Amino acid sequence: MTQTTLRNTSPKLDKERIPRMFWGKLLVWGLFTALMLLLGIKLYQTTLGPVSRGTAPDFTLTTFGGDSYTLSDHKGQLIVINFWASWCGPCELEADALEQAWRQYRNHGVMFLGINYVDTENEALAYLKKWGVTYPNGPDIRTSISQDYRIKGVPETYIIAQDGTIAGTVIGPIEYNNLTNALDLLLNQ
Amino acid sequence: MLALLCAIYAATVSLSVARSDRLKWVDSARNAAIAVWPLLTFACFCMTYLLINERFEIEYVARVSSHAMPWYLKATALWGGQAGSLLFWAWLMSTYTALVMLRNWHNERDMQPFVIASTMTTLAFFIGLNVFVENPFTKLWIDQSGHIQASFLAPPGAKPFVPNDGQGLNPLLRHPGMIIHPPMLYLGFVGFVVPYSFAIAALAIGRTDNLWIRVTRRWTLIAWLFLSLGLLLGSRWAYDVLGWGGYWGWDPVEIAAFMPWLTGTAFLHSVMIQEKLGMFKRWNMILIILTYALVIFGTFLTRSGVLSSVHAFALSAIGPLFFVFIGITFTISLTLLFKGWNRLDSENILTSWLSREGLFLLNNLLFMGILLACFWGVIYPIISELVTGQKVTVGPPFYERTTGPQFAALLLLMGIAPLTAWRVTTARRLGKIIWKPTVFSLIFPVYALTTGTTNAVALLSLWLAAFVLCVTLYEFYRGASARRKATGGNLLSSLWNMIARNRRRYGGYVIHLGVIFMAVGIIGIEMFQAETQGTLAYGEQINIENYVMIYNKIEEFDTEDNRRVTRAIVSVYKDDKFVAELYPRRDFYVDSQQPMTIPGLYSTLEGDFYVLLVDWKPIGTESATFKIYLNPLMNWLWFGGFIFILGTLVAAWPNRGPSLYRQSTSLSVNPPDIVL
Amino acid sequence: MFRLLASTGITSLLIFYCFGEVSAQDAQPSDDEVNTIAKQLYCPVCENVPLDVCGTKACAQWRDDISDKLADGWNEEQIKQYFSDRYGIRVLAHPPTQGFNMLFWLLPPVSIIIAWFLVLRTNHNIFRKKHMYKQSIAKQVRAEEYIGQLENDLEQWR
Repeated sequence: MTQTTLRNTSPKLDKERIPRMFWGKLLVWGLFTALMLLLGIKLYQTTLGPVSRGTAPDFTLTTFGGDSYTLSDHKGQLIVINFWASWCGPCELEADALEQAWRQYRNHGVMFLGINYVDTENEALAYLKKWGVTYPNGPDIRTSISQDYRIKGVPETYIIAQDGTIAGTVIGPIEYNNLTNALDLLLNQ
Repeated sequence: MLALLCAIYAATVSLSVARSDRLKWVDSARNAAIAVWPLLTFACFCMTYLLINERFEIEYVARVSSHAMPWYLKATALWGGQAGSLLFWAWLMSTYTALVMLRNWHNERDMQPFVIASTMTTLAFFIGLNVFVENPFTKLWIDQSGHIQASFLAPPGAKPFVPNDGQGLNPLLRHPGMIIHPPMLYLGFVGFVVPYSFAIAALAIGRTDNLWIRVTRRWTLIAWLFLSLGLLLGSRWAYDVLGWGGYWGWDPVEIAAFMPWLTGTAFLHSVMIQEKLGMFKRWNMILIILTYALVIFGTFLTRSGVLSSVHAFALSAIGPLFFVFIGITFTISLTLLFKGWNRLDSENILTSWLSREGLFLLNNLLFMGILLACFWGVIYPIISELVTGQKVTVGPPFYERTTGPQFAALLLLMGIAPLTAWRVTTARRLGKIIWKPTVFSLIFPVYALTTGTTNAVALLSLWLAAFVLCVTLYEFYRGASARRKATGGNLLSSLWNMIARNRRRYGGYVIHLGVIFMAVGIIGIEMFQAETQGTLAYGEQINIENYVMIYNKIEEFDTEDNRRVTRAIVSVYKDDKFVAELYPRRDFYVDSQQPMTIPGLYSTLEGDFYVLLVDWKPIGTESATFKIYLNPLMNWLWFGGFIFILGTLVAAWPNRGPSLYRQSTSLSVNPPDIVL
Repeated sequence: MFRLLASTGITSLLIFYCFGEVSAQDAQPSDDEVNTIAKQLYCPVCENVPLDVCGTKACAQWRDDISDKLADGWNEEQIKQYFSDRYGIRVLAHPPTQGFNMLFWLLPPVSIIIAWFLVLRTNHNIFRKKHMYKQSIAKQVRAEEYIGQLENDLEQWR
């Protein structure tokens, strides 16, 4: 008497299965590794603070007035970059200091650039008028500059030395004396 | 100090276990595992004591508690910050594991070492985090130069520093919903460690039967109950306190908690197939491994700073540690799974799509599809930022578009599956049973059509919900009337007895009923929400649909727990009849300088009238800006949630007397065996 | 018929648009109009917070900006485009369908289709088995007939 069972009979199961299994496993391991890599890199990035050394990331800023400044064009000059916004309370604490420092040092070849972080044009211009700011200021379109500098908030100030590397980073409102001391130090080198 | 002891204990336990066959060692490991619980309880107790007694020299106490907070909030501040909540998490896990260890192990001796190893390693990880990285017992010291630091042991030359007052709990967390939402969620998350550990044990020793499922069935249900409850409470809290008129924002952290629920629900359903027919073994392994992995992954996302949102905790060093832990555990899980893959052959094969197991396969697929959409939405911003440097936001539109149709398909399945039989159901037979509920359910969308609803999607969803409602009620009726015919008595007692005897099945149907009501609520608010905003002076009014709201008065006062409250009094009229006086207000917490907007809420079965005092505009007698949301059918969501929980309790209720479950195990022997 | 309907529709839309524009130029747009657009945008600074519920000073300024633009006659599309050009695509509720972001929209549906396809394929043996099932039933029936016949003959011969 013959016995036929209708169970999991697939005689070609083993031969077909093995290559399929291999690709399947490869895919799963591959995806998992990719995910881990992704998360690892992102984690690493969150531990990085704002850019504090090395070559300053290059950018082109178009001011509210329409002029254009590219950072790398000003190599050889001492440059002070300040990130600010009109809705940022602490920024107002340093606005005057920055403007005074600009007026004092512009003849020494120091360049000041104000980068307006996610702001509305009207409010930004009103802020500049209120504090009598005369150095070039422009909006950070699509926050690309802020992302390059990995800013964590506003205000932040970056001082770039004549060779294009970052000489100093200040998180929060900067004080007049600290700024002038730093500039003096760098100018006399 | 105590935390340190516990960690060492748990670590040695898990290390001493491994594959040893020596029973004495395993018993000692088991005892050690049980002992972790009292130690952690003591640690939690100390922490709570410190919180209530305002011992601000402990850094954690200073951060989350303050003088003005009422005592119950101080106690719940235990889980208000990163370190404390980790301690709380560890304690809850140890409660579960201790209970698991305490049970009778005769049938499962071979799995025991691995279960202990798996649960204890997880527990040791969390305790370790507490001890080495985020220690809630660190004190504040002030050293000679006047700097204040926080550390566990005294830094050289420093003296203890006692601040006058603490910062206080984040105001958003001071709501009753927030008091129980984290514990519920944690209980849910942590509970899944138990079925996972048993699954891993089964894989590790090469078992292919259902023992691990049967043993952990109730654990899974309880964990799932708490997770669902936690999600529900979280939505209610968001609705009451976050002030944007909604209950679910598709925020990445919300999704991180939702994903384990998805795989958990799929798992809950899919194990039934393995118990009955010995199929879907691989699916079940995949689902439980994913659930556990998603729990850890969700915790990682929330606490590591990779995502930022309203929910996230502050940045800390535990991110990388979690990362490593996820890497290791998932690698182990995958390896074990792949090694045992071939062993997990189904004992039966699918013979018909219209069978119950066929539909359950579709069920699994749909849940995985929704999971994929959610996961992708959470991961993509990270990918985009790394690859293109541009940050993107993935908001509700994406999630609604991708998960909406799949949820609708799930609703449809919920209606068809209870009427199908195991192994095979012909379309004709199904048609015969299903036409009555289908026709009856058509009444609902037709009624909606006549009252003015023309949105096609809404009508379809409404019909689906009605369809499932009719089918489920029909099932109750069929079962009860069959029973009545067999045993006599009236319909009601038959119904009661039927449910009592078949708690799992009918509890499940009650849960489905709950889901239907929730679906109705969701349809109402998602499709028909109306909103308006306007600035009013005293006595002016604002209209929305058939409601009118008049601004009466504004009051401002301080409260005992250090809040400055600005409260508006408004009168609400519906169809020109006065219905309610509401008090939308803005609370300003002086300690933490944070404002909170609490809505005024008028709730009926028909919907909610939800009014907010918009606090970023001036508030006074001449002008106060109000934002009004009309959320139709909103309370069906909460009502449905209640039924949902009720159903889960019914399903989980322990049986009196000898369990009938053991009899209804595998039918894996009967099907197509043709013998000549 | 359809064309008539379409042209009527377009004409009425145009009329509406013209009238709408005129009235917008006269008065400051209502909060509701601003919110309709703000709802679809996200705060550029605070992550994952829609612009209509965000309470910060910055968000208030952005809403005022939207209000001004509406008063100047900008339409919804223009305002959204302006915001995304100025602040980056993260202010939109989902990535736009271009470039790398195509991956975002394509991957879920494609993966889901592939998954369904794979599962269906793994279970396509259902159809084969049904056929085999029928075949073996037929075989069984024939075999039983044959055995029955044999036994009958044996009976006769006994």
